[in-house]
Amino acid sequence: MSELVVEAVDVAKWLGKGAAQVQALKGVNLALRGGELTLLMGPSGSGKTTLLSILGCMLAPTRGTVRLCGCSTEGAGPEALARLRREHVGFVFQTYHLFPTLTATDNVRLALDVRGENSARAVAKANDALAMVGLAHKRDAFPLELSGGEQQRVAIARAIVGQPSAVLADEPTASLDGENGNAIMTLLAEIAKDSARGVLVVAHDTRILRFADRVVHIEDGCIVGERRGDAALEKDQSDCAVPS
Amino acid sequence: MSLIYRLASRNLLHDRLRFVATVVGIVFSILLVTVQLGLYLGFGRIVTTMIDHASADLWIMPPGTKCFEDPSTLDERTRFQALSINGVAQAAPVVIGYAEWRIPAGGTFPVFIVGSDLREGGLLPWNLVEGSLEALVIPGAVAVDRSYFDRLGVDGIGANAEIRGQKVEVRAVTNGIRSFTTTPYVFTTLDRARAFTGTAANKATYFLVRVAPGADVESVRRRLKANLSDVDVLTAAEFRDRSRSFWLFGTGAGFALFAGALLGMIVGTVIVAQTLYSSTKDHINEFATLRAIGSSGIYIHKVIICQALISAIIGFCLAAAMGLLAVAATANTALPIVMTPTLTLVLFFLTLAMCVVSAIAAILQVTRIDPVMVFTR
Repeated sequence: MSELVVEAVDVAKWLGKGAAQVQALKGVNLALRGGELTLLMGPSGSGKTTLLSILGCMLAPTRGTVRLCGCSTEGAGPEALARLRREHVGFVFQTYHLFPTLTATDNVRLALDVRGENSARAVAKANDALAMVGLAHKRDAFPLELSGGEQQRVAIARAIVGQPSAVLADEPTASLDGENGNAIMTLLAEIAKDSARGVLVVAHDTRILRFADRVVHIEDGCIVGERRGDAALEKDQSDCAVPS
Repeated sequence: MSLIYRLASRNLLHDRLRFVATVVGIVFSILLVTVQLGLYLGFGRIVTTMIDHASADLWIMPPGTKCFEDPSTLDERTRFQALSINGVAQAAPVVIGYAEWRIPAGGTFPVFIVGSDLREGGLLPWNLVEGSLEALVIPGAVAVDRSYFDRLGVDGIGANAEIRGQKVEVRAVTNGIRSFTTTPYVFTTLDRARAFTGTAANKATYFLVRVAPGADVESVRRRLKANLSDVDVLTAAEFRDRSRSFWLFGTGAGFALFAGALLGMIVGTVIVAQTLYSSTKDHINEFATLRAIGSSGIYIHKVIICQALISAIIGFCLAAAMGLLAVAATANTALPIVMTPTLTLVLFFLTLAMCVVSAIAAILQVTRIDPVMVFTR
């Protein structure tokens, strides 16, 4: 059985203050395993991003426990959470969040630099990661010289260069056309084949269901369903079928 | 090499106009501090010029004398008492005082008379560029500095004027003996100085003591203090400190110069703080991304401090170059700006400190960054 990478147990989260306070998550249980690409789907405001933030150690839950590679985040302060993120998590964002003044290599190297790894070996690792996402020839390009798909590949290279246990992607295809979206999902699925690494993708787009090993549905802060990827795809296709 | 420097420099150069404004702010701030502190040093030096050039181990002066220009007098008997003390080789009298220089073409101008015995020395003119010390024995002979020719209405050796109704003739010309009070120094013999300043023949302003070879200056001073009444006996260094502290702090001039320097620092700090803060605000997404990918708070602080230090180093280099121009431009004025290696070093570290302090507002801003914002922007 593959390794448990991230585990959320009875996680609840309240956001806001006073009368504006809302409960974004209501006792969520979720496990992310290595070698698995999990899609987290749900309508807007269902709590997807909040859950992703908590699993990625950016937010602390109001209640419940999160364990990242066996380390509990309970009681961890901002610096301890940052350490967990840099050691175990790679992020891919919808709008890439690349540094416009740095080359592709330097953008990728940044993930190693924040770990204190700033030797020539770090440059080599960054270039290897770029080669892995098919951008070996663009290592000296600045983000503005790259297409949206290429920028997202650089962001994926940055997410994986530090060999994290978990790659968390927030709607990575939302800013891309279908072709580039498929290419990005293919890449993420490839990354998820590593049994030591789990990939969680938050998405709206049902066209990417075929890349998922598992699909988790969240609504109103609760997990309302979980299917194997192929089962989810079949259901989606039957839902879309025109009645005769 | 860490990416911190690259990130910092590119953040700065990303908005070139703002970077130029920051550097200009630092340059003018540091230039203001340089000028103020340079004037302070220059002032401190020029107020002690006469003490620096006197050949004395000890100065005997009327009690409470605050500075060289204080014209109180001592009785000649004091000199003989001093000469009788073991270890005193010489006690050369010096007479100083203000007088009026009457220009042959008409008009008067205040001058500061310095008179010494030519044989005993004491305080004789230096940097002679025309004439000689020996020529001062000629009746009515005086030495003046060539920078005051226009004011004194003279054009060199042989020029005539009048002091206290007595004819004087320029017989020696010096270069660079300037007075911060803008009152020209006029050097002459002891007797003539007495006559020009209305000092009695048995009076002098100072007795400049040379101790005998092998004698200990401090022991001689103790003996002088014990045996002479109603006098102050100071070493040259003590008299220098006393004069400097009178002119710099007794008059408030030093405080004004320091206040100007402080103002320069405050203005510089505010300018750099404002630009760093707005630069950080512009790059807040990038700092949030850094935080999201796990950078420590210290890593981000280093980026901001590096930005501040880059600005500081560039600003300092330009300010130092302009400061050297100011030093050259004022070198031959009554109050030159002085730059010493120590002052340069102090200014460099002041610039660094100012820029690092300026980074505090920006650091506080990034400290509050919530990495979750990367999902919403």
